[in-house]
Amino acid sequence: MTIEIFMPALSPTMTHGNLIKWHKKEGATVESGDLLAEIETDKATMEVEAVDEGVLGEILVSEGSQNVPVNTVIAVILEEGEDKEKLNNYKPSNLKPSNKEETISTTSITPQPVILATSVGIAPNSSSPSVEKLDRIFASPLARRLAEENTLDLKSIKGSGPRGRIVKSDVENFIKSGNTASEMGFGFPRTFSNVTGNGSYHDEPLSQMRKIISQRLLKSKQEIPHFYASMDCMMDELLKARKTLNEKLDKAQKISINDFIIKACALALKDVPKANAAWLGESIRYYNNADISIAVSVDNGLITPIIKAAELKSLFQISAESKNLIKKARENKLAPEEFQGGSFSISNMGMYNIKQFNAIINQPQACIISIGAAKEGPIVVDGKLKIATQMTSTISADHRVVDGIVAAEFLVAFKKYIENPLLLVLA
Amino acid sequence: MSERKEITVREALCLGMSQEMRKNKDVFLIGEEVAEYNGAYKVSQGMLDEFGPKRVIDTPITEAGFTGLAIGAAYKGIKPIVEFMTFNFSMQAIDQIINSAAKTLYMSGGQMECPIVFRGPNGAASRVGAQHSQCFASWYAQIPGLKVVSPYSSEDAFGLIKSAIKDRGPVVVLEHELMYGVSFESCVDEDFYIPIGKAYVEREGSDVTILSFSLILGTCLKAADILEEEGIDVEVINLRSLRPLDTVTILDSLSKTNRVIIVEEGWPFAGVGSAISAMIMEEGFDKLDAPVIRVTGEDVPMPYANNLEKLALPNIERIVAAVRKITYK
Repeated sequence: MTIEIFMPALSPTMTHGNLIKWHKKEGATVESGDLLAEIETDKATMEVEAVDEGVLGEILVSEGSQNVPVNTVIAVILEEGEDKEKLNNYKPSNLKPSNKEETISTTSITPQPVILATSVGIAPNSSSPSVEKLDRIFASPLARRLAEENTLDLKSIKGSGPRGRIVKSDVENFIKSGNTASEMGFGFPRTFSNVTGNGSYHDEPLSQMRKIISQRLLKSKQEIPHFYASMDCMMDELLKARKTLNEKLDKAQKISINDFIIKACALALKDVPKANAAWLGESIRYYNNADISIAVSVDNGLITPIIKAAELKSLFQISAESKNLIKKARENKLAPEEFQGGSFSISNMGMYNIKQFNAIINQPQACIISIGAAKEGPIVVDGKLKIATQMTSTISADHRVVDGIVAAEFLVAFKKYIENPLLLVLA
Repeated sequence: MSERKEITVREALCLGMSQEMRKNKDVFLIGEEVAEYNGAYKVSQGMLDEFGPKRVIDTPITEAGFTGLAIGAAYKGIKPIVEFMTFNFSMQAIDQIINSAAKTLYMSGGQMECPIVFRGPNGAASRVGAQHSQCFASWYAQIPGLKVVSPYSSEDAFGLIKSAIKDRGPVVVLEHELMYGVSFESCVDEDFYIPIGKAYVEREGSDVTILSFSLILGTCLKAADILEEEGIDVEVINLRSLRPLDTVTILDSLSKTNRVIIVEEGWPFAGVGSAISAMIMEEGFDKLDAPVIRVTGEDVPMPYANNLEKLALPNIERIVAAVRKITYK
């Protein structure tokens, strides 16, 4: 009867092995204890010995084969008197029957991979493929620095050093062979200008802030099922109230439309607490205070300082605080606790005369409100044309946290406060 | 124009000491056989005749005694040169060297200096057995308060012994018996000094840097010639001073070659190479294109048998192999 030789499991965690070398040729006589083959696992190279004797009938998995699943038949041994003809119709049983006696043993019986690795002591030679290479890129510190400076992805560079280590010359050759980062589609060369070719441009490397903005906003837009709802608010009363207040105030103390909006949002959130929330993956967090993040544009980016517990603060306090935070933001002096966190965001482009826009949610918060410009225009009241100042506000909401009705309730509450500014002054 | 002459390392040391003794009446030489016998290795040839028995002093075989006596003299402001017949015998006096000489400036709050030179042959000579064949470079280079230099050529020996004598602190000068008879062209000017703490680039190269000192540096230079034929351009740096170490020259060379090998005759563990390798890792990690490797003496007491002694020391084959290994050629 033919004896099947299986890819052995040399350690409890081994699922695949590489067949490094056959020590017997087809047709060779095999004695019990003979070295048959060398198998490489992720930890070591191990020898496979024959248990039974006979003639090596056929090698089914050739030398150099990679990732052969454990228990695949790798060869068959013919017992005395058996003919190779018998193998003509041979079909290997794919899996080793569990009750069948082991037909092979390894040089060490106990499956202790760490000990085996040293006691067997056949180090994988340099030409053998390193399994580690799949997980980790080996590169010299200098090569890493050069790749980083040229914004090259080490993954696309072939290493020529020991174990495939990427060294300086590999990075230099990679660049020399015309590979620039932009052509490869990951990042840009440090600074590159073109004024003579097919167009004039210059490329700028990403600032740290740009990188964070790109990561965070992309993630938000990819992960969050955004939906949007818009509402027009009459601004005439608010503008009137602001004018009255500001007439009595120093220039430095003057209250902005944005201060009113912060306060209106905070009070609306108090009325509709379900909109004052964040998505945490396994749960939804509802905040007790309206910590309002306000988007502030700074050089080459934006940052969101926070007015904490804005519902408890007077317009004057909010105004003073936001002036201070905006100043600090532009001077790049915000402390982390001044811009990290927040429960709800406001993005206001009214000052640029933008009518309406849909902001991207500031994760993990569930809502952001986009404020358009207050504009005078015709409206219809009770069937009659009238001139009024209106502002379009749009809420972007995370539908995992907030349903349409909540967004609508929030906008209704917000409108109430904006259109009745005395409520903002009194609260 | 400075005067240059072909002289042996032995003559360079003698000339350097004599020049400084002529300049400064407070300098004297003390040790076993330094006077009547003209030095166990004839380094002090003719010095007794020139300077007389008060300044060239023979001692009994008692290192702890005469070293302590000399250190006491140094405390009082005169300048002893202590010759150890070999540095192996300095182990008898190592408490004096470390506790009495190296630490005094610190422990006296800067009030008492110890201007003294400890010199003599260091490392393995040839077939003198385990007890007489060891390198003290890392032993002494570890000690704050000591300066440690190790000359290779005649000019190194001449310039460094003169700087050591002139220095205000204790300086250990690690010579090599097998270099005493070797001749080099050297400057012999009276005002020639080699600054302590500066390495010397013996040979410029762009592919790999070899750092070494003393006798084995010569083997490194020969290895560089062999490697040049293979197209590997080796920079060889003579450290000259082990403490203070010239980290600037080392790191500059690393910036150029991105690869470093340190070659020393001493043992590998906690050796000079280990310290330099750690420094490079800390200060120059980003400039490394390959691991720093060391070629050292074997981690065994020196065998007496001729063949084994050869195998226990770094040789040209091992240096060449090390270069090939980290240049991946």
